[in-house]
Amino acid sequence: MKQLQLLSSTFLLVFLCTQTLTAQDEGGGLLDGLQIHGNFDVYGQQYNKDSIIGAPVVPQKSGINAFTNLIATKGKFTAGVRIESYLPPVQGFDVRYGNQPIGVPFRYATFKQDGLEVTAGNFYEQFGNGLILRAYEERALGIDNAFDGIRVKYSPYKGVYLKGLVGNQRYYWQKSDGIVRAFDSEFQLNELISQLETRALRISLGGSVVSKFQAGGTSSLKLPENVAGGAGRFQLNWKDFGLMGEYAYKANDPTKSNHYIYKEGQGLFMSATYSRKGFGVNISAKSIDNMEFRSDREAGLNDLFINYLPALTRQHTYNLAATLYPYATQPNGEVGIQGDLIYKIKRGSKIGGKYGTTIQINVSLINALKRDYYTSENIDTANALLDQQVYLDADPGRKGYKTNLLNIGDSVYYRDFNIEIDRKFTKHFKLKATYAFQEYNIALIQNKVSDNVVAHIGVVEGLHTFGKKHSIRWEAQTLFTDQDQGDWIFGLIEYGYSPHWIVTILNQYNYGNKVEDLRVNYPTAQVTYIQNALRMSIGYGRQRAGIFCVGGVCRNVPAANGLTVAITSSF
Amino acid sequence: MNETVPLPPLKTTMRQVFTLLAIALIASTTLQAQDGGRKIPAVEIKALNGASFNTGSIENDGNPIIISFWATWCSPCKRELNTIAEDFVDWQDETGVKLVAISIDDARNMHKVKPYVDGQSWEYEVYLDPNADFKRAMNVNNVPHTFLIDGDGNIVWQHNSYQPGDEHELYELVEKLAAGESIN
Repeated sequence: MKQLQLLSSTFLLVFLCTQTLTAQDEGGGLLDGLQIHGNFDVYGQQYNKDSIIGAPVVPQKSGINAFTNLIATKGKFTAGVRIESYLPPVQGFDVRYGNQPIGVPFRYATFKQDGLEVTAGNFYEQFGNGLILRAYEERALGIDNAFDGIRVKYSPYKGVYLKGLVGNQRYYWQKSDGIVRAFDSEFQLNELISQLETRALRISLGGSVVSKFQAGGTSSLKLPENVAGGAGRFQLNWKDFGLMGEYAYKANDPTKSNHYIYKEGQGLFMSATYSRKGFGVNISAKSIDNMEFRSDREAGLNDLFINYLPALTRQHTYNLAATLYPYATQPNGEVGIQGDLIYKIKRGSKIGGKYGTTIQINVSLINALKRDYYTSENIDTANALLDQQVYLDADPGRKGYKTNLLNIGDSVYYRDFNIEIDRKFTKHFKLKATYAFQEYNIALIQNKVSDNVVAHIGVVEGLHTFGKKHSIRWEAQTLFTDQDQGDWIFGLIEYGYSPHWIVTILNQYNYGNKVEDLRVNYPTAQVTYIQNALRMSIGYGRQRAGIFCVGGVCRNVPAANGLTVAITSSF
Repeated sequence: MNETVPLPPLKTTMRQVFTLLAIALIASTTLQAQDGGRKIPAVEIKALNGASFNTGSIENDGNPIIISFWATWCSPCKRELNTIAEDFVDWQDETGVKLVAISIDDARNMHKVKPYVDGQSWEYEVYLDPNADFKRAMNVNNVPHTFLIDGDGNIVWQHNSYQPGDEHELYELVEKLAAGESIN
């Protein structure tokens, strides 16, 4: 019944749109000036049996994820809707998406006038860097913690930006138990203070307060029902220099994932930048302790996060560097530093060559935060005691442990050193070479019993163009390691016929696996057709089990064998 | 908290999905030519120096505008913008075109955008859309996604993905717009 209602309302909406087009000269009030635009995305995968690669057996033999967004605007009003469908969810997406085959999990209406904007319904929002609040979507990962409630944005004066919101969060096809109330203010001093308007120094300051309410659960502990947090931030820009800092604080928030401790949480994120034409450098540092902030104290995995803790590592794009050992932020505690440098050797110079050469170097180091537990020196013992949810003599305040943001621990979580050189040799040939060294705490991040994985990765990518329309792009990658699955090799060739066709063939081979039976090939072929904003691709082959990450949030991609179909469009 | 609803038979749901897709396809074709032209939605995003910027104020004195959504982790996006950069000075001289590059990098990579843009010496107007507000308002699914805006501020063309050679098609359309012709 619900599905019938939603289908008929969609049909009605589309019917209205088509009527708009035929009623062009008739004025018409409501329909006059109404614009409707949207997009859709369908991804389907077919699953064959393939026990050698460890592909899970899928009884339905296929999965389809689809969604369509529609946005209607007229003057000061905007309304939008998203229809999602999982039939069943593609492997690797949370199975709870399959609790409903089709539905409308996102709908809103917004009114905007002068400096005021009011939204009722679902919305996404970010305060500063997201350290204390970020509701966002990452459809490829199945991440969606949208709010459902009311949001008001108001700018009472030039340079002053205020936001207030209240709502529950999305939990697959349901809503969170907890309610979030939040307020953010941002002051752009150069707009606000007339003497600073034309100065080279740009200053912006911001402050946020966030509070969540969740009725006390069943526990022998007295769990706080209201938990508050806040953050302060600043950003300075002066000529070629930039400096940014944000500090976030969370009051006691006993949750399942932090073993019900009453310790406060803190996070600090800083970034310094210097750049001018042909050269840029960025150094950033981050330290977080007990900063997982969710609207449900029992939630786990990637569910119901109120905030977002960015990973401080390079987002790799090459297959072997990006999907085998990618780092995921450890919200319960980590400290790290990253440096990024880009330098373009001038064209026409001896080393630069005719067209110039670009060099990029990146280094990141992430360690645990050192913790002194009150009840035991062993972390697992201490956590087991805390999980009993009783008051402990050795730790009467149930703080769990002692630490500070600068207490760098010995445990290495991640190391990444990489260098990339990019050079155009002739009008029709470009070459890019990359070397990466990664050390990865696989026991912590993937729960595998192993020492840290130490890997050396080499990639060469070439691009040849022929005339104005044809191109061939190829990649050759290798990964050397003594741990986990051993050495890999990867090859890819892509032929492009601009603007409509792309054909890709790729293969990965785990030639160095200690287990001979697991030295497997993963070949795939894919054809893509593009017509302006419409993109359709069909592929067939084997997909290696791996991890797909966007922004430091990752999801597991299970091994698979079969057909894949992807269609996206915008209108 | 986890209630499972029994699924209706596959045939019924497949029929529903196909109906939905059919509606979406019809919508996408019939909605292409709407009355009044489609303007750039007004969304608050950030400039590279931290200042607030409203996308409704993107303008170019009656000349064409290219809006290109990209990210520092998107290789085809960087390929597209670096390839255009090689000829961009000529494009500007011949047509007066402006290119607005919107980075959808979130807080993880947002602070690397300015060094990258300066390192590559781009002559584009670059803005940050860290929570995808402008991306959503423009109905972009994946990057790279490029839009063309005519002299009257109407969005007249859009394209998803990039492969070498696409910049030639893009420039032919820019030339047409600069000459006052319309694009189909």
